[in-house]
Amino acid sequence: MIRIDCPICGLRDETEFTYGADANVRRPAMDEAEMQPWLDYVFFRDNPRGWHREYWHHVQGCRQWLVVERNTLTHEIRSCDLAREVAA
Amino acid sequence: MTHYSAFSVFRNALSGNKKWSRAWRDPEPKTSYDVVIVGGGGHGLATAYYLAKEYGITNVAVIEKGWLGGGNTGRNTTIVRSNYMMPGNTLFYERSMKLWENLSQDLNYNVMISQRGQYNLCHTPGQMDAARRRGNVMRANGIDAELFSREEVRRRLPYLDYSENARFPIEGAIYQSRAGTARHDAVAWGFARGADSRGVDILQQREVTGYLWEGGRIAGVQTNRGDIRAGKVALCVAGHSGHLAQMAGLRLPLETHCLQAYVTEAYKPLVDTVISFGAAHFYVSQSDKGGLVLGGDLDMYNSYAQRGGLPMVEHTLASAKALMPCISRLKLLRHWAGVMDMSMDGSPFITKTPVDGLYLNGGWCYGGFKATPASGWCFAHTIAKDEPHEDNAEFTLDRFSRGYQIDEKGAGPQPNAH
Repeated sequence: MIRIDCPICGLRDETEFTYGADANVRRPAMDEAEMQPWLDYVFFRDNPRGWHREYWHHVQGCRQWLVVERNTLTHEIRSCDLAREVAA
Repeated sequence: MTHYSAFSVFRNALSGNKKWSRAWRDPEPKTSYDVVIVGGGGHGLATAYYLAKEYGITNVAVIEKGWLGGGNTGRNTTIVRSNYMMPGNTLFYERSMKLWENLSQDLNYNVMISQRGQYNLCHTPGQMDAARRRGNVMRANGIDAELFSREEVRRRLPYLDYSENARFPIEGAIYQSRAGTARHDAVAWGFARGADSRGVDILQQREVTGYLWEGGRIAGVQTNRGDIRAGKVALCVAGHSGHLAQMAGLRLPLETHCLQAYVTEAYKPLVDTVISFGAAHFYVSQSDKGGLVLGGDLDMYNSYAQRGGLPMVEHTLASAKALMPCISRLKLLRHWAGVMDMSMDGSPFITKTPVDGLYLNGGWCYGGFKATPASGWCFAHTIAKDEPHEDNAEFTLDRFSRGYQIDEKGAGPQPNAH
């Protein structure tokens, strides 16, 4: 069981959360005309073996989107912040 | 290599089974090979086997960081089937099914293929329509498929929940009679023995840590036990495709996720087939030892940990109980996890890459085991001829930029949704 320290609700079980996606992915500017940035955005991922920044949704808690830094080899979590404060 | 037969079993019994020869060698590596295959699972070993057998390329090494079949080959739920609908998939998986049907004879090694059939249950009229469409595509391609009503499913699988209280009432099922199971360890060992006897070197306990380069072209691999030069380097590393490609400067359209499997204590013969639940991601078969082998969903978050979390255990067992209330008192004996290379459209890659000298076999999501023979067969063709066979022609990396995804499930570019 992964436990996530939600900045609003405190330490909670992963079953309260839904995994979102890789939080390093950035949507290109809407007037981007080249194909490659859109291709990277939709399909390609760094898929790191180690620390990974990712979105989680505290869907059965405060309903906030969070950015969690989690190790994909050990499932250890070293930071958890509100997405609206760190994602931009 | 000893030819295995009833006679050899008898003869070796007379000498107290002390004179069996090794199934494959443990050679010292040469300094250079024509082809180095990274990954000694089913796909890597099958590739080596077919390179040697079909194309006469025997100066080949298979490099494995652990032991043969210790990754996903030994962690899957052993199901084989060819009920795919999308162009690009259908005939590839049917090639695999045909190879499975003769694999024990071809390898002179019993892979215990058991064509016990597979049911995909449907729980809504919409699912029945989709199943009918899938079945028609399969039959149009010469693959067996049958559609069963609720009554027929109930006659054949009486132990499922048909009560008024069933959470997801069973509407019917699509059935492939040639599908079934195979013994996964034997598949790795059979391919290893066949490749080794044709001259392929299998190098275990040797991890690839980087590549050798020569003028922008890959010319071999660095390992934790020395460099090995190679004309061509071929990756068959499943969940580790991402970072092995990254070492070559290649970014892939996939994420690595963890998938668990489960086996219960042994039980009297009950499930003589393979059953997939249609309402949640869950499937069940029964092993020869009697344990029910259960599979379910991914843990949903990116992971290389090769161990799963308990929430998914509960979720999978809840699905099991919803479908088969009669097994609710069985104890779970073991559960384990493997790391899946979940591609963005749920379909695999068997292809040359933009990096000169590097070939990729990956993106199998959780469907790699059934593909093992055809994957090796097609990858060997791609490596030997430097162009794909028509059965793997669609499994390229550039299908995303060309707009030709093979999204069998229609789930969109979300790797954990396939």
